[in-house]
Amino acid sequence: MFFDPSLSRNRINKLCTTVAGVFATIAVLPLLLVLLYVLWNGGRLISFQLFTQLPPAPGMEGGGIGNAILGTLIVTAIATLIALPVGVGGGIYLSEYSRSGWFAQAVRFSNDVLAGVPSIISGVFVYGLIVATRVFFNQSYSAMAGGIALAVLMLPTVIKTTDEGLKLVPQELRWGAYGVGASRFVTITRVILPAAFTPIATGAVLAIARAAGETAPLIFTALFSPFWPEGIFNPIATMSVLIFNFAIMPYEAQNALAWTASFVLVVMILAANLLARWIARAARP
Amino acid sequence: MATDPKTSLSAASLQSPMPSPVSASAPTVTDSVCMSLENVTISYGSFEAVRNVHLELPRSRVTAFIGPSGCGKSTVLRALNRMNDLIPGCSLKGRVVFDGHDIYNPKVDPVEVRRRIGMVFQKPNPFPKTIYENIAFGARINGYKGDMDELVERSLRKAAVWDECKDKLQQSGFSLSGGQQQRLCIARAIATEPEVILMDEPCSALDPISTLKIEETMHELKRNYTIIIVTHNMQQAVRVADMTAFYNAEAVEGGSGKVGYLVEFAETEVIFNSPGQQATLDYVSGRFG
Repeated sequence: MFFDPSLSRNRINKLCTTVAGVFATIAVLPLLLVLLYVLWNGGRLISFQLFTQLPPAPGMEGGGIGNAILGTLIVTAIATLIALPVGVGGGIYLSEYSRSGWFAQAVRFSNDVLAGVPSIISGVFVYGLIVATRVFFNQSYSAMAGGIALAVLMLPTVIKTTDEGLKLVPQELRWGAYGVGASRFVTITRVILPAAFTPIATGAVLAIARAAGETAPLIFTALFSPFWPEGIFNPIATMSVLIFNFAIMPYEAQNALAWTASFVLVVMILAANLLARWIARAARP
Repeated sequence: MATDPKTSLSAASLQSPMPSPVSASAPTVTDSVCMSLENVTISYGSFEAVRNVHLELPRSRVTAFIGPSGCGKSTVLRALNRMNDLIPGCSLKGRVVFDGHDIYNPKVDPVEVRRRIGMVFQKPNPFPKTIYENIAFGARINGYKGDMDELVERSLRKAAVWDECKDKLQQSGFSLSGGQQQRLCIARAIATEPEVILMDEPCSALDPISTLKIEETMHELKRNYTIIIVTHNMQQAVRVADMTAFYNAEAVEGGSGKVGYLVEFAETEVIFNSPGQQATLDYVSGRFG
């Protein structure tokens, strides 16, 4: 009747619980260590001028990463403006218009494949398509090209979450809307999309956070600039490329800025993830 | 030439209520046919769900569809406002005539059909909006221009749910109980001012008290609307329906499943007391099904 810890089933139980707990700790350790390490190395330089000044010339001291922060925001905004309409529209088509047609199956499959394409491939693709051909006003590297490269990376996530989010909307709700004489367009825009707002918004924010931290696709497309952004058809500085460039420079000031930029970038992405969680919770009835 | 009989038919059905617009209960009005099914066969893919249905549904009456599960009564109900269009692979042969027109004519807009033939579903399905918006939604998309507050109140009153939600019109439709939600859905269907209301087992998810209230609502509604209700509850059919259609299903040789068909259609009293068919008698006396 009484609990006997020496029984083999109870000992095995305890052992398994311990092993699982250890692995769970190991799993969250990287995030904690990255945050602490970046904070330790990069937190010291956090100051107001960091956000308002340009990086120093090689060999000089001080300066900030204001242009890179602004550049990351611009490039991510371009990517969002492209990927969100296309992705949500594609997701609506898959879920609402062609649930199981061969075309929808093909789109779903290629979307899953696209999600697995390495980000550098997306960069090379946009390099070949836009940068090398100079299609935009005869400009080569540009913020626009960077945004398109990031949009290619965001697209699968947005399509997938929209598709899955819309599938979660109960079928009865669609019937209800059709039953009062709503057309398909009205049903989707006024009833189905609002009902699926939470998963779609969450997916979009996660996709944006993912894209904001990408480096590889931007190296070939947005390149870098030591100056403030000069429109979206010129090369632009971004945080991730700034980190990539400055971390390997033989100058103390640049290395320190790379660490600080890492810290700011991690905090930005963390904030976006928290925003996604907050959206998911706030919209729940 | 082919359209001529149809237009004359619609003119006839429009004219018949005209001579007595004052007395709404005059037999000339109530006994006219609202919808008729002519040799309707509905299939899901290659499987025939229900076969060769001939039925004339009277105006301003409650008609009940009863029968065992899988006999196709819900399928027939959904065919009446082209809800089956939403089910992939569902096809219909025969004619469903409403207002003198076959609603399956390729030129007919199913959206327009559903505006004139509303529907209430088995599970209460209010929109995730406020109670007020639940009612206003249908009216607004139908281009209603009048006083929306007045329409919301009138619809909720007709569905006998006004007293319970008049103080919380701006709250979510989900804040109501199941029975209230179902009456909200009835109010939503009424708000678009349809001519016919289809109800697919509207009380199967509700408790007896809510069921009774919805049945009272139906008695109120049949003065202005034609109601067609699918029910598994034979007592409910006796309580609410003027006419009853009994469906059954039978195995066919060579087929994989059972095929539904209409056994008998008559006044509810006749169906339950002196049915013409042995199968009807067996079913209503509880010997099977």
